[in-house]
Amino acid sequence: MSLDSLSAPIAPSSSASRTIALAGNPNCGKTTLFNALTGLRQRVGNYAGVTVEKKEGKLQVGETDVNVVDIPGIYSLSARSLDEQVARNVLLGTQADASRPDFIVSIVDASNLERNLYLTTQLMELGRPVLVALNMMDVAAQNGIDIDAAALGEALGVPVLPIVASREVGLEPLKRRLVEPLPPLPKRHWKLAPSLEDEIKKLADFLTEHQLIEPLAAEGEAIRLLLNDMEAAPVQIELPPELENRIIQARERLEAADIDWWAVEAEARYGWIKHICAHAVVTAEGFKHTTSDKIDRVVTHRILGPLFFAFILILVFESISRFAQYPMDLIGGFFDYAGDWVRGLVPPGDMQGLLADGVIPGVGGVITFLPQILILSFFISLLEDSGYMARAAFIMDRIMRRVGLNGKSFIPLLSSFACAIPGIMATRTIENPKDRLVTILIAPLMSCSARLPVYLLMIHTFFPSGKRIGIFSTQTVVLFSMYVLGIVAAIGMGWLFKKTLLRGHSPPLIMELPPYRFPAWRNVFSTMLTRAGQFLQRAGTVILAISMVLWFLAAYPKNIQLSRNYATERQQMETRFQAGQLTEAEKEQQLAELKVAEASERSRKSYLGTMGHTLEPAIRPLGFNWKIGIGLISAFAAREVIISTMAIVYSVGDDEANENTQSLQKALQNDRYPDGRPVYTPLVAVALMVFFVLALQCMSTFAIVRRETNSWRWPFFMLGYMTALAYVTTLIVYQGGRMLGF
Amino acid sequence: MSETTPTNTVLKITLDTLKIGQEARVDRVRGGRANAQRLQEMGLIAGTTIRILKFAPLGDPIEIFLRGYHLTLRREEAAFIEVTPL
Ligand SMILES: Nc1nc2c(ncn2[C@@H]2O[C@H](COP(=O)(O)OP(=O)(O)OP(=O)(O)O)[C@@H](O)[C@H]2O)c(=O)[nH]1
Repeated sequence: MSLDSLSAPIAPSSSASRTIALAGNPNCGKTTLFNALTGLRQRVGNYAGVTVEKKEGKLQVGETDVNVVDIPGIYSLSARSLDEQVARNVLLGTQADASRPDFIVSIVDASNLERNLYLTTQLMELGRPVLVALNMMDVAAQNGIDIDAAALGEALGVPVLPIVASREVGLEPLKRRLVEPLPPLPKRHWKLAPSLEDEIKKLADFLTEHQLIEPLAAEGEAIRLLLNDMEAAPVQIELPPELENRIIQARERLEAADIDWWAVEAEARYGWIKHICAHAVVTAEGFKHTTSDKIDRVVTHRILGPLFFAFILILVFESISRFAQYPMDLIGGFFDYAGDWVRGLVPPGDMQGLLADGVIPGVGGVITFLPQILILSFFISLLEDSGYMARAAFIMDRIMRRVGLNGKSFIPLLSSFACAIPGIMATRTIENPKDRLVTILIAPLMSCSARLPVYLLMIHTFFPSGKRIGIFSTQTVVLFSMYVLGIVAAIGMGWLFKKTLLRGHSPPLIMELPPYRFPAWRNVFSTMLTRAGQFLQRAGTVILAISMVLWFLAAYPKNIQLSRNYATERQQMETRFQAGQLTEAEKEQQLAELKVAEASERSRKSYLGTMGHTLEPAIRPLGFNWKIGIGLISAFAAREVIISTMAIVYSVGDDEANENTQSLQKALQNDRYPDGRPVYTPLVAVALMVFFVLALQCMSTFAIVRRETNSWRWPFFMLGYMTALAYVTTLIVYQGGRMLGF
Repeated sequence: MSETTPTNTVLKITLDTLKIGQEARVDRVRGGRANAQRLQEMGLIAGTTIRILKFAPLGDPIEIFLRGYHLTLRREEAAFIEVTPL
């Protein structure tokens, strides 16, 4: 390497623009600072190939454009978790889709200085200038911590600027500092035993020689590689064999000299931190009861804690069911209207059908989830921002551990009772990739609100309202059982996945309980809008495609042999009306009936209908006929679609499904097999509900799993396992029920 | 490590056996290396003073106070942390 390339990275990438990275511990106020710096000029996405969130924004200071890259909140750069790994790659410029920052801003929570500075010491070894933004100065002052920023900067060897991000105090000097000439590269001040330093130097030289990393960051990388035990890390990085060998040999030499290489790094860093703080910080030592502790006395109290938790849950779900309904109806109405409008605008034909019966209702069916997602993500970001989420995990950890998960999986699973989509999006708070995946895989087993209409139709049609089991009506018991079945299945499958496919010791729960803070509304709303936008954008494309396919299957083939000549019959009616044999009202009614009959026959003879027939032998053992088969296929668009599909198949007209549930109920009750047996018995109804509890019939979930796991493998796996589970369970229920004489 | 000399015969007290409100000094973090390193990164290294604050409603995990912040960990991990009560 020439001297040129050594000094090159220090200069800003161009005089008019500069890239800075914000790095810090979780809860240090990073998001708040990022929002305060960039305002609305930000973009949220994913780093290529991984599920780690990528946030970028822009701001202008004087003449200079500053690109701000937000690094995921982490405690360490040892790169054991995916977040840490991506953070390290971005900061070193080895992440393919992110440009290397010129300048690293290390955000430090002044009220929690020592632990926050741990990451700072690591950031100082990446070969980039570092600036410390000393945030939460107000909280520190409140807690009796007095920090001399200048002295701290002196001791650290990097500039330190005090700020209060939530009140935008100190931001102007910070912004100005971002575009001034860069400070010199930080130096490593803490030292290890000579034999360790020796090994680090050797390894760093090797890294530089083989151009495995840029020279300025080689020492830091050597420290990380040599002193961190990555064996049990959830994410493994493949190292070049020669490097791997060198590390192993170096460790063997150290062990031979009786040095616990894996225990020295944290001690040395904290040792130096202690030394620095002794110079710059006056602390009221020891534990004091803060407001936060007083709140916690209730919120994590042995008895009051769980009660409060239950109260929060009820509040969230009441809000979803109460406030989401109205906008959902409104959105539904809007799309119905849009469909009609298109029908009036586009001449009848494939184009009209594709738009009015495929794309518009398909997309509409997905957008109706938006209110639920907005409300749930509002609460989730509120709970997260205020610090309660960690308490929820604290309370629930013991129970979730039974399944092999930890407390952080609870909220996403619970959210899935409203809708699996926000639930799956909420799994982002789970750092361990395996735990996160298990949680995603079992989330759709929770009975979401889209299943409810199906349950209700079956229950009201086949279980008389007067009957009772004990003190409860049969209807309530059946409904409740369906919810319980979903939970039991989720627990069972979660346990099974942890035992088999996604085995691996869960990393222990080592979690900070941050102090309670009044949530920043700007953060809450920006998170909420971001989530909604991601849902629309992520799910949108897949859903559009599936809607179009389903429409095609339902509408084609066109030229089929129909049993009646509908056109002629329509003609005849018109003639009879002209001749005075029919009143206007009679004609209208007969025309409507004819239309329904035609739609019914067409759908039976469509590809979808043919598929229903083809499917029949497979689903007959479950007690289902081909009409239910059609319903099941179409329900993949969204579960409740089965109702409107069945309405078409049973010729009861599909407009105003509500008004026609009565007639649909009758049609279902009266449906017979050729030998006169009823198609539906209470047992068939139960079997159908069981199938709905367990099957993945929701293209939006499918799409969001595709996005969140960044692979096709997991959504297909989910589809496969849930279908198999649904099939086998329904088979057992139906055949078992028959043997018992139901 | 710096101080491995004493205590080969004495049974060490571990963090999970402490009572609420008790303070202690960390002597050593044992257990798997990766887990131990995680705990060390969070500031649980020899010489650190900790205080037991609370047990979760079902008795586990434990909430402790160290270096000015609150950390929660399970009894399972706490059993690897050797301490001297103060
Ligand atoms: N009192 C005070 N509160 C602050 C300050 N900066 C941020 N907060 C609050 O601290 C909480 C956490 O801030 P965030 O910006 O979400 O923290 P973060 O680092 O992005 O946290 P993660 O998203 O978990 O990584 C929020 O409730 C903020 O309103 C500050 O300087 N003073």
